[in-house]
Amino acid sequence: MSGRRLLRIFCYSILSVAFGAALFAGTITKYSYAAQFRDVPNSPPSAMHLLGTDGLGRDLFTRVIYGTRVSLLLAPAAAFLATAIAGILGGLAGLRGWLTEKVILAFADLSLALPLLFVLVALRALLPLDVSPIFSVIATFFILGLLGWPASLRVVWAAVRRLRQSDHFLFATALGYGKTRLLLCQVIPNLRPILLAQFWISIPLFVLTEATLSMLGLGVMEPLPSWGNLLRGCENFSAMAANPWRVVPLFVLIVTVICLQYILPTSGETA
Amino acid sequence: MLHVCREGPGPSGGELHFCLRNEPKTFNPILVDDEASEHIRYLTGGVLIRANRQTQALEPSLAESWKVSSDGQKITFQLRKGLQFSDGTPFSSEDVAYTMRLLMDPQAHSATGDAFRSAEGRVNVQTPSSDVATVTFPAPVAGLERLFDQVAILSAKSPKKEMSVLGPYYVAEYKAGSHILLRRNPNYWKRDAQGNRLPYIESVRLEVQRNRDIELMRFQRGELQLINRLEAEQFDRLQKENAAAARNAGVGLDAEEMWFNQVPTAPLADYKKRWFQTTDFRRALSMAINRADLARIVFFGYATPAYGPVSPSNRFWFNPALPAPKYDPHGALVLLARAGFRLDHGTLKDSAGNRVEFTIVTGAGNTAREKMAAMIQQDLSQIGVNLKLVTLDFSSLIERITRTFDYDACLLGLVNTDLDPNGQMTVWLSSGADHQWNPSQKSPATRWEAEIDKLMREQATLPNEKERKAKFDRIQEIVAEQQPFIYLVNKNALSAVSVDVAGAAPVALNPQAFWNIDTLRLGASGQLGANK
Repeated sequence: MSGRRLLRIFCYSILSVAFGAALFAGTITKYSYAAQFRDVPNSPPSAMHLLGTDGLGRDLFTRVIYGTRVSLLLAPAAAFLATAIAGILGGLAGLRGWLTEKVILAFADLSLALPLLFVLVALRALLPLDVSPIFSVIATFFILGLLGWPASLRVVWAAVRRLRQSDHFLFATALGYGKTRLLLCQVIPNLRPILLAQFWISIPLFVLTEATLSMLGLGVMEPLPSWGNLLRGCENFSAMAANPWRVVPLFVLIVTVICLQYILPTSGETA
Repeated sequence: MLHVCREGPGPSGGELHFCLRNEPKTFNPILVDDEASEHIRYLTGGVLIRANRQTQALEPSLAESWKVSSDGQKITFQLRKGLQFSDGTPFSSEDVAYTMRLLMDPQAHSATGDAFRSAEGRVNVQTPSSDVATVTFPAPVAGLERLFDQVAILSAKSPKKEMSVLGPYYVAEYKAGSHILLRRNPNYWKRDAQGNRLPYIESVRLEVQRNRDIELMRFQRGELQLINRLEAEQFDRLQKENAAAARNAGVGLDAEEMWFNQVPTAPLADYKKRWFQTTDFRRALSMAINRADLARIVFFGYATPAYGPVSPSNRFWFNPALPAPKYDPHGALVLLARAGFRLDHGTLKDSAGNRVEFTIVTGAGNTAREKMAAMIQQDLSQIGVNLKLVTLDFSSLIERITRTFDYDACLLGLVNTDLDPNGQMTVWLSSGADHQWNPSQKSPATRWEAEIDKLMREQATLPNEKERKAKFDRIQEIVAEQQPFIYLVNKNALSAVSVDVAGAAPVALNPQAFWNIDTLRLGASGQLGANK
């Protein structure tokens, strides 16, 4: 078994544990992520609180697990949305060409030129205030998905263009394949590995973007935890030095993002 | 870095290093409206009357004495003789007249000047001699002499304009984004008991540093000797690591507070407006908030549950008769029941069956406020209220609370620099733009707001401080009864002072750690101030 394959299995195992913990958070921990144990704020790890408590006395282990649920389940959903938009628009631009291609690419370039974080902050401020934290977190990731497609679109469009000029595509056209048959038999099967790669690449990107938003205080609403707002405990270096267990969410984030990168298909596999 | 160590009276020399959190917007003392510029003004500007930050009493400065007329419209200063600006230009009553002219010029848009504007009309300055100046205002100005603490006198004749100063230091070097170097004013008028000319420290280097964490690390490394306004968490750490440097001056002037949106035209559901305009609702929610926990957990014990609009550290204006805030969830439910609310399976509902839930907005990035909101969320859940917390970037927040009024409740802080309640005129008058719960009203919406308007206007025209105090005490009582602002905590004035700095005695008033800059010394660690 090659080293790369072993590493992949290891990464898959870690991600499975993380996803499992996220899905079964309620059975793994007895505490609520919002419960404040006000007598023990900033307490070190103990039998009662495995990873200690945060500044408000909330169990950090519980918050990391629930934060994993939020980040690890919603980031793939946002990645799916972004990849789907990129697939549809990129496919359309690549297949139709001419004016459609020009309009879609111009729109994508315009979207790429906009600073993502600025647009996110502006859109986030437009959300109605009177929404639940769950709705707010879904909305945040939905916005991430809606705004995260342009880079993937360029890749998909280039692949479709290459495909349209390929011999087997020309052969299928010469055989008189209709548009639907071309799409189902030629375009989608050939795009599948590229879309898959784009999907996997987008997940860590969205995890990190949510983390950035939360670091600015504009991500997931309290008391709902996410990796991003848990990382706010690490923004103060000297406080982190005094309470080193606060680094756990950062460690989980780094390990997960690395694992997500390692399970990506290689260029040989996508070819 | 050079520290020349000397004990006893006389100049200690050396260079004091500390940080400004922002770039000063101006060096012109007339135009100051930000903290960094205010610090520069304090360190360089000479004023006629100085408010002693420790005793809170007024002391003669450039003016040997002063007299306010019985109608509170006129003040006459007897100036010190033979004083010079930092560039050697002589100081006279002409400079006072020149400064007042600039200050009261409507084109200058001076925030300091605005404090003197009690009515339309010209301000006259008479200079019968070079050491006497009389300033006459068109209407009585309450607390007139205290306002002169902010008026740094400019030279009418010096070619250096505002860079020629009468304070302990002058600006010797300014590198934008990096630092400001102040050097000892060789012509500073003040001397110590032994006759040595003050200040003792040769120069002050103010470095622009926004990151509080880096500021503390540099202090710990000995690169800085002072930190003003330390965050509670930082102070708590410093206390553990270097207790001698951590200075707690006790409860400060700043308060954290929340309020409900009572604007009649706000785009809120009618039932929510009814809740927010109900006194018992506001009082009940105030009772359900555990302020002691806020002070203990969010501010590490370096805060005090807040009573009302005036901090106990404002010795003269604080009303000690106000009832202390009481944490009483059961009492809150009784009050709510009186107002028609009922607890239904752990959920609070109004008389029409609407579930009591609302959002509280606060600024993104302020960890302490986010923590406070999360704790209030849990406290209110005990009485069945579902509170949602929303953090917004600052411009969106301001847009909502001042223009669109599209919010339910807001949690913010009040930074108080002025001891006199006149500084809060726009907060308490119902027509004021800072009357946050329902700003810029054409006529007072409630009887109690009308009473506050009347009392505020009356106290502003009374020359007698005791009579003013009686009026403002009543305002504090009304605010405590009606709770338009729910005061949460008064933060302590926390600072860090290196053991290399002798004579420091941090206080609650600004500028906390260096209010007595002219008597600070660098060197002997055994000569620390007594206010530890």
